[in-house]
Amino acid sequence: MPSTDRGVFSLIIINKAGGLIYQREFQAGLHKLSTNDYLVLAGTFHGVHAITRSITPKIPSVQPPSPATSSPSTTAPAASSYSYPNPGVPVTGLDYLETDKFRLTCFQTLTGTKFLLFTDPLTGNVDTIVQKIYELYADFVMKNPFYQIEMPVRCEAFDRHLGAWLRGRA
Amino acid sequence: MSSNKTSRIGEEIWKTRVDKVNAELVTLTYGTIVAQLCQDYDSNYQDVNKQLEKMGYNIGMRLIEDFLAKSGVGRCANFRDTADMIAKVGLNSDTLKGARIVDISQVGFKIFLNVTPTVTNWTSDNAQFSLIFEENPLADFVELPDDGRAQDELWFSNILCGVLRGALEMVQMQIEAHFVSDVLRGDDTTEMRVSLVRYIEDEMPPEEE
Repeated sequence: MPSTDRGVFSLIIINKAGGLIYQREFQAGLHKLSTNDYLVLAGTFHGVHAITRSITPKIPSVQPPSPATSSPSTTAPAASSYSYPNPGVPVTGLDYLETDKFRLTCFQTLTGTKFLLFTDPLTGNVDTIVQKIYELYADFVMKNPFYQIEMPVRCEAFDRHLGAWLRGRA
Repeated sequence: MSSNKTSRIGEEIWKTRVDKVNAELVTLTYGTIVAQLCQDYDSNYQDVNKQLEKMGYNIGMRLIEDFLAKSGVGRCANFRDTADMIAKVGLNSDTLKGARIVDISQVGFKIFLNVTPTVTNWTSDNAQFSLIFEENPLADFVELPDDGRAQDELWFSNILCGVLRGALEMVQMQIEAHFVSDVLRGDDTTEMRVSLVRYIEDEMPPEEE
């Protein structure tokens, strides 16, 4: 593979149940894990992602200024009176993970599918790349009438367009 | 939530991001499907309605990804109004869900059919509303069969109910949709009734509350 697509190492797609449905490297000679390891990786990431969502700190909401009955502060407010900071922004799980050598960007669609993109930490515009990958996925995977939803992706056209687009940019 | 904002988003996507096809091709293709189903089911229109809904459901489950990818919902705060509304109305999750269903339906119909249904007849609990279609590209040139039953039993555009149900189910909202009137039957309007059944919580939806 030419060095033109430097920056994007590989892509993993995880379905909403945590199953691995797509895995691909974009550079030749990358060390590969065994298929089983990829499945485990996908499942583990899925779990960790769910955990990061559920540990999002909640703050006591200030809405009811507790008019007369200012009970002692030791009484824990009811669960419903806690809210996330900045309620307009949805709670997400792990968005990215970075080491000195690579950056893992996770993009979860509203339908629950996760796109994990491994890139060089210096690669910019990762969000744009992921968004484009999502569009290609919507086009060439979801719109393929013979693709079964939630099943492993074996769509040649998707592979082709993905490769071509990544080669084309940069 | 201002409907201006949603229609602007829809308009924008429709103009810049959507590949267009000839409307006649769509109308004729869809008409052929319905006619063929009527033939296959021996004019048992209940079954035809059911089949159309099922076909739509399968389309919706796939189409939602395209919708999300193109509209950017979830990626950024394009649907800021919904958020504004939570801020104003307080954290009433029912209202929010209702609003999100409306956003998705309105923008969806705009970008895939270039029609803008009117949203009306909300119930007080915000769990039901109607979409009124002033125009319906699926039904151009259509006259229902003159057998005395089709006028009362066939919902010609029933595929749309399925599309909506399939699409929303994929984003953790279970709804029920059915037509209550259709200009093809001689009614004054084409009206689809949409009700929120429940919010699917099974596997940690990407956003809750």
